[in-house]
Amino acid sequence: MKVNLKIWRQPDAQSKGQFVDYHLDDINPEMSFLEMLDALNKKLIEQGEDPVAFEHDCREGICGSCGLFINGRPHGPEREVATCQLHMRSFSDGETIVVEPWRAKPFPVIKDLIVDRSAFDKILNAGGFVSVDTGSAPEANTPAVKKLNAEKAFDAGVCIGCGACVAACKNSSASLFVAAKISQLALLPQGKPEAKKRARNMVAKMHELGFGSCTSTEACEVECPKSISLEHIARMNREYLNASFAEEEE
Amino acid sequence: MATLDAKIPEGPLKNKWTNYRNSMKLVSPANKKKLDVIVVGTGIAGAPAAATLAQLGYNVKAFCYQDSSRRAHSVAAQGGINATKNYRNDGDSVYRLFYDMIKGGDYRAREANVYRAAEVSNGIIDQLTAQGVPFAREYGGQITTRSFGGVQVSRTFYAQGQTGQQVLLGSYSALKRMEAKGKVEMFTRRQMLELVIKDGRARGIIARNLVTGELERHTAHAVVLATGGYGTVFYLSTLGVSSSGSAAMIAYRNGAFFANPSFIQIHPTCIPQLSDFQSKLTLMSESLRNDGRIWVPKNKGDQRKPNDIPEEERDYYLERRYPAFGNLVPRDVASRAAKERCDAGYGVGKTGQAVYLDFKHAIQEQGAKAIGKKYGNLFELYEKITGESPYQTPMRIYPAGHYTMGGLWVDYELMTTISGLFAIGEANFSDHGANRLGASSLMQGAGDGYFILPNTIGHYLSDKIKEPRLTTEEPEFEEAEQRVRERLEGLMNINGSQTASDFHKRLGKIMWDHCGMQRTEQGLKEARQMVKQIKDEFFNDLQVPGTMYQVNQELEKAVRVADFMELSQLLIEDALNRNESCGAHFREEYQTQAGEALRDDQNYMYVAAWEYQGEDQPPKLHKEALSFEFVEVKERSYK
Amino acid sequence: MSHFFTSSVGKKFILSITGIFLMLFLIVHLSVNSLLMVGSDAFNSAAHFMTTNTVVQILEPILALGFLVHIIFSAYITWQNQRLRPVRYKRINRWGSTTWPSRNMFILGGLILIFLVIHLSNFWWQVKFGELDQVEAHGAMVHDLYALVASLFIEKWWYDVLYILGALFLGLHLSHGFWAAFQSLGWSNDLWRRRLKRVAYAFAVIMGVGFASIPVYFLVTAA
Repeated sequence: MKVNLKIWRQPDAQSKGQFVDYHLDDINPEMSFLEMLDALNKKLIEQGEDPVAFEHDCREGICGSCGLFINGRPHGPEREVATCQLHMRSFSDGETIVVEPWRAKPFPVIKDLIVDRSAFDKILNAGGFVSVDTGSAPEANTPAVKKLNAEKAFDAGVCIGCGACVAACKNSSASLFVAAKISQLALLPQGKPEAKKRARNMVAKMHELGFGSCTSTEACEVECPKSISLEHIARMNREYLNASFAEEEE
Repeated sequence: MATLDAKIPEGPLKNKWTNYRNSMKLVSPANKKKLDVIVVGTGIAGAPAAATLAQLGYNVKAFCYQDSSRRAHSVAAQGGINATKNYRNDGDSVYRLFYDMIKGGDYRAREANVYRAAEVSNGIIDQLTAQGVPFAREYGGQITTRSFGGVQVSRTFYAQGQTGQQVLLGSYSALKRMEAKGKVEMFTRRQMLELVIKDGRARGIIARNLVTGELERHTAHAVVLATGGYGTVFYLSTLGVSSSGSAAMIAYRNGAFFANPSFIQIHPTCIPQLSDFQSKLTLMSESLRNDGRIWVPKNKGDQRKPNDIPEEERDYYLERRYPAFGNLVPRDVASRAAKERCDAGYGVGKTGQAVYLDFKHAIQEQGAKAIGKKYGNLFELYEKITGESPYQTPMRIYPAGHYTMGGLWVDYELMTTISGLFAIGEANFSDHGANRLGASSLMQGAGDGYFILPNTIGHYLSDKIKEPRLTTEEPEFEEAEQRVRERLEGLMNINGSQTASDFHKRLGKIMWDHCGMQRTEQGLKEARQMVKQIKDEFFNDLQVPGTMYQVNQELEKAVRVADFMELSQLLIEDALNRNESCGAHFREEYQTQAGEALRDDQNYMYVAAWEYQGEDQPPKLHKEALSFEFVEVKERSYK
Repeated sequence: MSHFFTSSVGKKFILSITGIFLMLFLIVHLSVNSLLMVGSDAFNSAAHFMTTNTVVQILEPILALGFLVHIIFSAYITWQNQRLRPVRYKRINRWGSTTWPSRNMFILGGLILIFLVIHLSNFWWQVKFGELDQVEAHGAMVHDLYALVASLFIEKWWYDVLYILGALFLGLHLSHGFWAAFQSLGWSNDLWRRRLKRVAYAFAVIMGVGFASIPVYFLVTAA
């Protein structure tokens, strides 16, 4: 199949970027989207041009490195996939495909389609953990954990930190990402002792780093490659409000 | 010169680790503050090591090439993590796990290390659970386990098919905690390019900042490599495309011995290649073999759709050949059996390089819902990639390069032959012998990181507390940086016509065909020539666009491929040297009548540790003899 | 609580609480309005009660405050959110992932606000400061608000259009706002979100159709 590409090119963070058109013939529909970009890059290198920089690693939708805004949607047109799991069979022959980096103030472009997502790490530094020293953990089966809670914690814990939620949100909110961690740990007895502090600090950090607030458009849930539910944002809100209204002197 | 003293503590097997800890030297809390440790890699070994060392009070500098430490390829492990909790009351014990690992490794691993790995396994589960890792649970709220990878006890803890992700993220959260406390300084988007040795000891690294391209000097009192495996040497592999053997090769070139490089596990259940540009073959957890049945048509070249082939025309070849274990035979046995069927012309799919993994019977017996509960996400993953639903059509699977048992030689303290340079997790060679038991990679990595290295490194550092921090102005740093600069400039200035990926693809094919799951002396010798040729071609015709001082993913790739060239040579030497078949290393000349691996315990019951002798010079072999005091060495039989 | 009012969750809490308060008001408002279709006496008596009862008098400025806070916070949130994507996407496709009202709550709110100003000047201002005829209803002398409403809807057709549009915007606003308010307060999960959405749509339809039916009623009965 043939594809026309409109790809955002930007040499570095300081430069102004622009869209550049590319054309590829002879694309195998069984190729993944990133393999198609590999093919483009091979062509560019052989022509002596600068290849398109994009992030990727595991190529099975679990490391969260890849993330491209394709035809107006994070990770492209398919549901529940990361960009690396998107295949060219999802596009029609001769289609024009617009490829952009994630756009959000806290995600500045580094080069072409690579953005800096270190803000996510900073949010987790604000409390996305249980303070347990190596060696001090109790026996794993104490306490018992309700099966449903363990399953819901897993559903939140599958977040790959790709940033699609921020990219999809009209408010550039990181609520789904932050909520996934707060909710995972709030659902488990292990996370309870620090639940309030965690909710307070992570929500504050998210705001400080320049992510917007949630207006419940549900775009994040739909575009999340792991389909993380808005339920977790509700739980985050609950935890945060609980932390605020039941605040104690420390 | 370094000698191969594994420093195994005295005493009975079950007391060795306790004895070691009882007698090891300690560093006082006040002195730990004066000591810096570099940890390269933040996967399931590196993240726990960095977090635990920081918790102990050391100043840790952690490095990863990804944009976040959460993305290390441990994240992709699917099946589970072993521990000897014996929650099922099914007869499991530390000794039994130890025994399974030794046997699974075909008697090519070091007893003391393996026993210790099994011994610390329970603590890992406790630690991870306390961090909020949502392991699968029973209705009563207890953690549940499953049987995995050809063992007869249910000792594998899991979180659906994403255990690696959950386990890694738990450890990553421990790392985050220490970062927040200011005890870990995190350097993301850095590629380690050189090791700095001063007075015979590892004292720092040179890393390239992958955003600015600048070369950075980092000093420490010890360096820990937690840089994973090099299965990407085959190009087609289950690993992340940026996984590499570069850090290990840097250590090797600086004098660290490389042990058993040719022991590479081929994973039997991967989704076959769909397009030419594909290097990544997605692994389907072998837990699928618990309920799925593997078969090929009885008739050669049967073109019918799998569901149209009646029962009596299907060959469930694993069940036929290995009635006791059936579909649950070890990975290497399953991989070779698949290749054997495909080579004999019974393979399925467009390429004929695949076999079926069928859930029809399991769905009939247990219902689609129960199967969905166990494997739902794997089925979805398969459907996303191939467009076919395993609920309706059997999966097509084929083996691919996966895990490297080989790695940097380390002693009992996990120190390489370079003083002060440690290697943990998949980067070392120590615990899996010639083949790895399923669900023990996360276990070994986490065990090294959480419980073993933080003890042994203290023993090493105990007499270094008076040593001042080095400045980066030391001549050793200057020289190391100069070497890196010359190397990178060399790659940039070839100005040839082929991309690094082109070379990688060709190199991988040579290695897969000649040094993959079946090897022959003749094939290996041919491969030796071919690798030499392609390596020369690489250094004469490589094209790296752009400049050094910018984001340059092609340059990163070129460095990795250059190291793969050298690593391939080493791999071939090792495979040629080992005139036996054991575990994942299968030399066609050495097999039983039934086609099983034929070990030569008389001559090859040793660890082959290779010492670098200069570029294109044959490496020097050192042998660490293996003795089995606590298990009886048997012929492996899965009949 | 120090960062509560600036935090994303805290701001949304304010918006939700005021939103729910305003929805309660809407229920009362529509209940009273529906008496327009019963007859002038019933409506005028109810209107009289609403303008003279002490509790209602106390609630009136609180209601105004509710509106004010709801408007100010939504403007504040929208203004802040708008600035967080300095470079816009070239192509954006949100139709597959979101509903139109959920994306345009502020625009809908703005339209409702414009309507509200006109609406207040039509009626509230007239009741408070205008000269209204007195009529007898159920034995008491009250303002003839019924006549005011009737004349507006019967004589000036563009007001009918305006009020029907106002009801439409309100319905759309509520179709998202109702369940999102509970979501922002944390009173939701997958199960309850499905239920709340059903209630939200029902509520939105009742409010939208309810308020729109009044001008329609007058047009139909006049014809």
